[in-house]
Amino acid sequence: MSVTSTTPITEAAPDAGAADRPKKADRPRTGIAPYLQAAPLALILGVFLLVPIATIVVVSFWDYDFARIIPDFVLTNYQELLGSNVTWRTYLNTLRYAAIVWALTAVIGFTVAYFLAFYVRSTTMQMVLFLVCTVPFLTSNIIRMISWIPFLGRNGLLNSALVDIGIVDAPLEFLLFSDFAVILAMVHLYTLFMVVPIFNTLMRIDRSLIEAAEDCGASGWQTLSNVIIPLAKPGIAIGSIFVVTLVMGDFVTVRFMSGGQSASVGLMMANQISLLQYPAAAAQAVILLVTVLLIVAAILRLVDIRKEL
Amino acid sequence: MRKHEPRGGTFIALSIFFGLFVLFLYGPLSTIVILSFQGENGGLTFPMNGVSFHWFGNLFEKQAVGDFGGSFTRSALLGLMVMVTTVVVTLAAGLAFRRRFRGGAFLFYLTVASLIVPSILVSLGIGLLFRILGLPPAWYSSAFGAHLTWTLPFGLLIMFAVFNRFDKSYEEAARDLGAGPWQTFRNVVVPIILPSLIGVGLFGFSLSYDEFARTLMTAGTFNTLPLEIYGMTTNVTTPVLYALGTVTTAFSFLIIILSLVGIVVLRRRRARRLAA
Repeated sequence: MSVTSTTPITEAAPDAGAADRPKKADRPRTGIAPYLQAAPLALILGVFLLVPIATIVVVSFWDYDFARIIPDFVLTNYQELLGSNVTWRTYLNTLRYAAIVWALTAVIGFTVAYFLAFYVRSTTMQMVLFLVCTVPFLTSNIIRMISWIPFLGRNGLLNSALVDIGIVDAPLEFLLFSDFAVILAMVHLYTLFMVVPIFNTLMRIDRSLIEAAEDCGASGWQTLSNVIIPLAKPGIAIGSIFVVTLVMGDFVTVRFMSGGQSASVGLMMANQISLLQYPAAAAQAVILLVTVLLIVAAILRLVDIRKEL
Repeated sequence: MRKHEPRGGTFIALSIFFGLFVLFLYGPLSTIVILSFQGENGGLTFPMNGVSFHWFGNLFEKQAVGDFGGSFTRSALLGLMVMVTTVVVTLAAGLAFRRRFRGGAFLFYLTVASLIVPSILVSLGIGLLFRILGLPPAWYSSAFGAHLTWTLPFGLLIMFAVFNRFDKSYEEAARDLGAGPWQTFRNVVVPIILPSLIGVGLFGFSLSYDEFARTLMTAGTFNTLPLEIYGMTTNVTTPVLYALGTVTTAFSFLIIILSLVGIVVLRRRRARRLAA
């Protein structure tokens, strides 16, 4: 199932890319069938992705007052946004979340995937453990966040344990509703997005390469750092794209786990939406989208995910 | 390779790490399952004040929880709609991508972009579009579309993997025996990839059933279940919240288990037929 869900990016891209420059002579006649088969997908993504994004771009130049949005062409939304210190601080804070969560999920995700790919011997066991790791992806994020309350709360399990052991005198207040809680919950929710693509690339590494490294006298650690990690880069890159874009756009986790005490770009947008300041939210959305695309482009520049073929 | 893998201290350390990771994934969830059986006077945290089904009963009283029945029905229906659409649309697109066609590259990158665009942006965009067009947003129209922007890319990526591994000689054999394109598809291709189609369906249903951010601005008047649960977190301070979490998670697990059983049964049956 999801084992395979990320590999095709690398397998299909060159194929799809080649469609742009077909050599007419050696290409069999395609006919109308593929167009009919692809039409529903194109139609749905056109209506529910392309047009809405275009709408956001247009509305970001509109004017608004307390009750209406007014078609216009003004730059005030962008000026207010970029001219405000709050925006810059919020972006910095969101980038900080993204960096910390990325580092943690990359290390945890790689370690888990490495264990599954190289240290679990039977294929059945490998599948079962992999499923154990992916099942939470198919359950509700909101409930997985709520589930931290009994653990982290003022009278939660962790605090009672710490007080009982005598490490602290009074319950720690910062466990729930803090940056700590936000990052913990994000790592909890998003590590799967690292495990799956990394596991995929690790499974496709030719085992004879590792044998060769060992035969040449490489230690386990040298094999890991000189052979396995470089070969796992495409998987790490795909996982990183997932994690970074998820964190950059997140608002539920930040709102819920920080108890409204921390800010993120997504949360700022959600607040503008709830105040019906749609053009301001749209300008924010455009800037967020540009930021996310720049980060993705940077990751793709560093690692060619198609090289894996 | 596998025979002489190092299995010493590293193996033990990594096993412990993996065990802790699984505990990290499932530990918090299990605490709310336990706490949903909290006694009538118990609170949101341990200790347990007796054991009861009180909070599960509470779920079905309107004053305790908003509209649990209604939101559950809507989410389940929406999940089914998204599931069927995802399977049909991505199967068709998967077939299309087996051949080269003009615009294929663009459609592929558009689908991948759908995964990268932050959910709240999709939500805002569709909400604005409906507002400008004067259409009322509703769970079966705007939210349905918003969910598809999340489930279709996953479905298509699974389809790519399926068709990459697909042995074309089965189709050639069918064609040599005189089967038409539709017969080949219906009697040869679909039966072979049926387990994967169940997987795509599982993704479609589950991702829609649990989606929050994309539903936020697109659900219209009536809440879906995740919106209802989120609303409860701000004003409900009793374990009824955990009871709701337990029930919906149990439902998710039920769907996952049924799908996995379906996949295993189909695979076994096929293996038996091939052996015979």
